[in-house]
Amino acid sequence: MNSDRARRVLLSAALIALPLSACATTADKPATATKKAPPVRYAHDPYPSTYRPYPGAPTLVRNVTIFDGEGGRIDGGAVLFADGKVVAVGQTLDAPAGATVIDGQGKFVTPGIVDIHSHLGDYPTPSVQAHSDGNEATGPITADVWAEHSVWPQDPGFGRALANGGVTTLQILPGSANLMGGRSVVLKNVYARTMQAMKFPGAPYGLKMACGENPKRVYGSKNREPSTRMGNVAVDRQTWAKAATYKRKWDKYEAEGGDPPERDIGMDTLRGVLSGEIMVQNHCYRADEMAIVLDMAKEFGYKVTAFHHAVEAYKIADLLKASGTCAAVWADWYGFKMESYDGIGENLAILDHAGACAMIHSDDENGIQRLNQEVAKALSSARHSGIQISDAAAWKWLSIGPAKALGIDAQTGSLKPGKMADVVLWNGNPFSVYTRPEKVWVDGAMLYDATDPKRRPVSDFELGQPGSGDVK
Amino acid sequence: MKRAFLLLATMLASPAAAQTVAITGGTVAIGDGSAPVEGGTVVIANGRVLAAGRGVAVPAGAQVIDATGKWVSAGVVSALSDISLVDADGVQESNDAGARNSPFKAAIDVSLGVNPAAVKVANERLGGVTRAIVTPSAEGSIFAGQGAVIDLGADPDAVTRPRAFQFVELGESGGKLAGGSRPAAYALLRDAFAQAQDFRRNPAAFDGRSRDALVTRSDADALLRVLDGQVPLLVHVERAADIRNVLALTRDYPKLKLVLVGVTEGWLVARDIAAAKVPVIAAALADLPANFENLAATESNVGRLRAAGVPVGLASTGASGGDHVLRQFAGNLVAIARVPGATGLDWGQAFASITSAPAEAIGMGGEIGSLRAGRRADVVIWDGDPLELSSVPVATWIDGVSQPMRSRQSELRDRYLTPVEGALPKAYERR
Repeated sequence: MNSDRARRVLLSAALIALPLSACATTADKPATATKKAPPVRYAHDPYPSTYRPYPGAPTLVRNVTIFDGEGGRIDGGAVLFADGKVVAVGQTLDAPAGATVIDGQGKFVTPGIVDIHSHLGDYPTPSVQAHSDGNEATGPITADVWAEHSVWPQDPGFGRALANGGVTTLQILPGSANLMGGRSVVLKNVYARTMQAMKFPGAPYGLKMACGENPKRVYGSKNREPSTRMGNVAVDRQTWAKAATYKRKWDKYEAEGGDPPERDIGMDTLRGVLSGEIMVQNHCYRADEMAIVLDMAKEFGYKVTAFHHAVEAYKIADLLKASGTCAAVWADWYGFKMESYDGIGENLAILDHAGACAMIHSDDENGIQRLNQEVAKALSSARHSGIQISDAAAWKWLSIGPAKALGIDAQTGSLKPGKMADVVLWNGNPFSVYTRPEKVWVDGAMLYDATDPKRRPVSDFELGQPGSGDVK
Repeated sequence: MKRAFLLLATMLASPAAAQTVAITGGTVAIGDGSAPVEGGTVVIANGRVLAAGRGVAVPAGAQVIDATGKWVSAGVVSALSDISLVDADGVQESNDAGARNSPFKAAIDVSLGVNPAAVKVANERLGGVTRAIVTPSAEGSIFAGQGAVIDLGADPDAVTRPRAFQFVELGESGGKLAGGSRPAAYALLRDAFAQAQDFRRNPAAFDGRSRDALVTRSDADALLRVLDGQVPLLVHVERAADIRNVLALTRDYPKLKLVLVGVTEGWLVARDIAAAKVPVIAAALADLPANFENLAATESNVGRLRAAGVPVGLASTGASGGDHVLRQFAGNLVAIARVPGATGLDWGQAFASITSAPAEAIGMGGEIGSLRAGRRADVVIWDGDPLELSSVPVATWIDGVSQPMRSRQSELRDRYLTPVEGALPKAYERR
């Protein structure tokens, strides 16, 4: 043990009795005589995005109904994008020389859908045991695992979400077996050879947390903590307390230098949460449990960005609004487990009406292909219970809402000039069951075209198999 | 809820079902595959449909309900549902769909697990579902047991037909249940059939009660009804090769009334299925290679099967949103008819796929699943196109009995439309 470390340990009131010899050594060499090594930050982005947009032609879609993703609607309007970015949205726009012009008569243009809750790549199809890569269910706290290290970029589900669902951005989360399941990753929905080449450039990380039945069931069945809801909270709190210490040590080291504290990969993630760099995405169904989690977040000084599934969020819409925490929900799932027993179709409607942040999510490789329809069902429930929400406003639940909760709303989620040209042309009103995506652009590159079989992705897995290249 | 139940009990005792009701002016969807007709009339009496369509006369003395601007349709039939067997799927204590540790297999009669008061019954009735083909899940054997047909009426008399069919797994999950392989599942099936025939030939000599018996006496009895074609055999398979193997079973068991279930690769063998005159209950929108038996999955499967002449009903299996999502599934099959290269259904076929087609698949098309004359009067008035996501039922009759339009979900909604408490806790807020 060198002198710097010995001194810091003594000063820090930490807990392990030091050998006398160490003290003696320290006394021989006053700390002031030793110059501290300058701090070295560990990498915060060691698996960086290598995503590059594909080339696209400057494109003008005109004579089309537009939901701009932020609540705006233009009938018979026009959208222009070029060089991967939205250039303009308006009633009439002139086509620049050489632009592709598409007549959108009877059709709709929207921002690409952003799904804040997906397990594509981590639980890919075929759903064989060898592909079960979403839950590191070997301990209730696995903040050390990163969902991106499980993502299989050949998951056929990515292509379905693009072509049938108009999904252009998605967050891949670890599962909910664990209280702290690990880091999420945000992907552009563009097939690539590597996970890194799908990573959304600059998107913050998320920490997947879970409350309720899953963690207590998984670990209760192994006869270890947590086996109850109170056990869930106890293990969470103990972990946050450790994380606070870890953060303090590393903050001090990064400010003052010297010997670096011991690295703990999981604690890196929790430190990132406590310093506001990583967003908490918290699986939680019951209203009362969400309220407890909000207090726990206050206790340890972090923010819950969004509760996912949040089947009972409608019961505490006011609390969610007050804490600035979003709810990412299904339209009508209910009754498949005890904590989903009180699910109702008006969840989104009541949240929105109360002024709380709300959005749709899929958590499902099939549901992700129809998120627009899920919102249509939620809209119908709203209107039939007397809550009036316009179609254009409801599109916020599909793009800008989730983009904000992922910290990428400056880049995508609406059709504002300068943003990524993540755009869907629908062959009718996307809130009708009879409507499908006709074309999908990601960063201005046309990656799906219903009228062109060559613009239909076929993942490696499906290549050369029965039905390869078929409409899906 | 309790109050609603008492009210209903009164209604049942009253001659409500006998009342002649004429629903006029609406767009009528009969459910038999025909296109909807505007300005149609539906007449029901004594629990049955008297007539439906355009130019139907209103009988003297009928209660007339004006449905102008609305749609009037057959109620949705939810095929392969666990509704009424389950309160919450993941809550084992509440789930009577499967029986992993039972010594009985084919004998299991799921009608005895039907709970007409399960909350999902009313919830899904409010989504337009009026009947369900309730199916046990195979957990302890390839044989799941005998399924039942029920109504979703707010009354205690739910079972329309008990022991209406037998359900067997012969694909990937069949292989797993049989000990590890598809061939093992076929060995088990053939042996079970052989034992059933032994039982018929000489019941006294049949073991069937010892600890080692693979087939109990009551299993054998249930399987004889299958072998004699008295009840359909619903077979869950997905892969094209598995479908061919199942169709070949009739060479050895000629009286089998087969119904194929799942069938995501059915389009690859559509002609074989059509030639065998075997109906299908399909997973409507399965388009992923969920397992190695679904590699060729496509949303065009149902449309291609139908185009080849195979009657196809849709399954609600696995719908976390509840049985009501069937109409969304059907609507999507209309949607893909406009996608180049895809094969969908026209509106009439799509609506039939969630009404008459599943009923006919199990031989009950004469009783339920459409507004053709003589069928049980399961009628829904919608405020719009029943396949469209913006529409909801505004009135429902089951067996000619007008149904309450409330459920536990509507109670929760009304309690929390304003989430903050008023003068008293939420626990005191109810209708």
